[in-house]
Amino acid sequence: MTALPATTAKKLGLVIDLDTCVGCQACATSCKEWNTQGYSAPLTDQDPYGADPHGAWLNRVHGFEVGEGDKGRTVHFPRSCLHCETPDCVTVCPTGASYKRAEDGIVLVNPDTCIGCKLCSWACAYGAREYDYDDGVMKKCTLCVDRIYNETFAPEDRVPACVRACPTGARHFGDIGDPNSAVSQLVAERGGFDLLPEFGYKPVNKYLPPRQRRDEVPPPVRATEKEVATGAAVEKLFAWVDRVMSR
Amino acid sequence: MHPAYSVILFTTASGAGYGLLVWLALGAVVGLVPVERWLGIVGFGAALGLITAGLLSSTAHLGRPERAWRAFSQWRTSWLSREGVLAVATYIPAGLLALLWVLYERLVTPLALLAALCAVATLYTTGMIYASLRTIRHWYQPLTAPLYIVLGLASGAVLFNALLHLFGQASAFPAWLAMALLALGAMLKVSYWQGIDTGEKRYTAEMATGLGYLGKVRPLEPPHTQPNFVMREMGYTIARKHADKLRTLVLVLAFAAPIAALLLTLIPAPVAGIAGSVLAVLAMAVGLVVERWLFFAEAEHVSMLYYGAEAA
Repeated sequence: MTALPATTAKKLGLVIDLDTCVGCQACATSCKEWNTQGYSAPLTDQDPYGADPHGAWLNRVHGFEVGEGDKGRTVHFPRSCLHCETPDCVTVCPTGASYKRAEDGIVLVNPDTCIGCKLCSWACAYGAREYDYDDGVMKKCTLCVDRIYNETFAPEDRVPACVRACPTGARHFGDIGDPNSAVSQLVAERGGFDLLPEFGYKPVNKYLPPRQRRDEVPPPVRATEKEVATGAAVEKLFAWVDRVMSR
Repeated sequence: MHPAYSVILFTTASGAGYGLLVWLALGAVVGLVPVERWLGIVGFGAALGLITAGLLSSTAHLGRPERAWRAFSQWRTSWLSREGVLAVATYIPAGLLALLWVLYERLVTPLALLAALCAVATLYTTGMIYASLRTIRHWYQPLTAPLYIVLGLASGAVLFNALLHLFGQASAFPAWLAMALLALGAMLKVSYWQGIDTGEKRYTAEMATGLGYLGKVRPLEPPHTQPNFVMREMGYTIARKHADKLRTLVLVLAFAAPIAALLLTLIPAPVAGIAGSVLAVLAMAVGLVVERWLFFAEAEHVSMLYYGAEAA
């Protein structure tokens, strides 16, 4: 059913540390390897050895340059499904293949009922869904639903493949809805934030800002979820940051 | 947004088909068109043929067309599902209307009104598939859904007028109706273009990455060497100068030329009537395909903020 659950018992998601990510792509390749044989199998590529190789990947690592001159810095930026609380990618689905689980908040596509209309990818603000041209259905991050509950795995392996692969500990997995969880405490301690909170999809995944350099302005105190809902607080916040930076 | 030919054909063909259905039904109710067998066969054949060809074409856009029937289930939340349900539901009154018309030359007025209502509602749901997407500023506009209705009704009226000419049932009213709808369509389309040209881009790469407090965000290392699905589907862009040329082409072919050709049909000579009404159909068909192509090609998606777009 494409109606969103009113609440979810848990809000499982990722916390990604933009300070320690080194852009090595281990999370992306590990994701691809796990998911091409797991829930999302097959995760196909087109023209893999030709002039225009491309394929469905569920995790992409961008490199951005931020700021000017000696204040400039490189930020490695992994991007995948944020398992939003109120995303349109679920409600636009005409078949019910795209759904959000009430028990843990994971957003999944049922590969047996997806018709490959691609409308969910149009509704995603984060470009997180990738259509599988060979399989004819939409693919997306499953939060490794086939690992995290797998009791035949050693406990340390019951995390998403990307988290397990990260060599710098820049990726954390847990229940972001539980304020006492390790990930929630990390978010509170480091000022974790939402991507594009203005859009209103309420992402579950959080990003931790790069740590402050001695000659830099501190990261802003981000609006909490409740303040974001009003919209105005964020606009004021960005205006204030702009003023501070242009001094 | 990538302009998929199957979707362009679907929205233009089924739009004209639903429009023709509306004018056949209402035209018969007000006595503008005789409830006559051959006119019914050709008229409903064209209307239902265009609708069916469009709907079949839309399934070519699907990765798994054999599962298309599943799309009727989620009408509670999905405009695409609502469109599917209404498109199929419209066949019931439209099919009965056509059968009674062709077999018994009978008109049941409530059935005709119901068919017209269903057709307009289907046009609205088609528009809302696009108008409900907040990720695409160019579509999330108050005029998007009304344009789908007006352009469907206008192209249907141009077809309706040509049909009446072919059966020697021409009168001035259908020609003026088509011209008025075309003029309204042109006005709404120009207003839509002004809206998207002057509309505010509300989201920035700084918001998308949350890094604005450090300064301007620029792409440095792309995550992949070749365009992925997201870039191929959502990253399709058209140069502004090409868009301007195509907008002019749309204004000429979809609106100005059909209006001029329809004026020609008002000359009391049978050749002028047939030639003018057929020319109007041809110009409008090409014009609306370009209009629909541009509707996709000009649309920008917010996810491109991660791929170098500064604002969306």
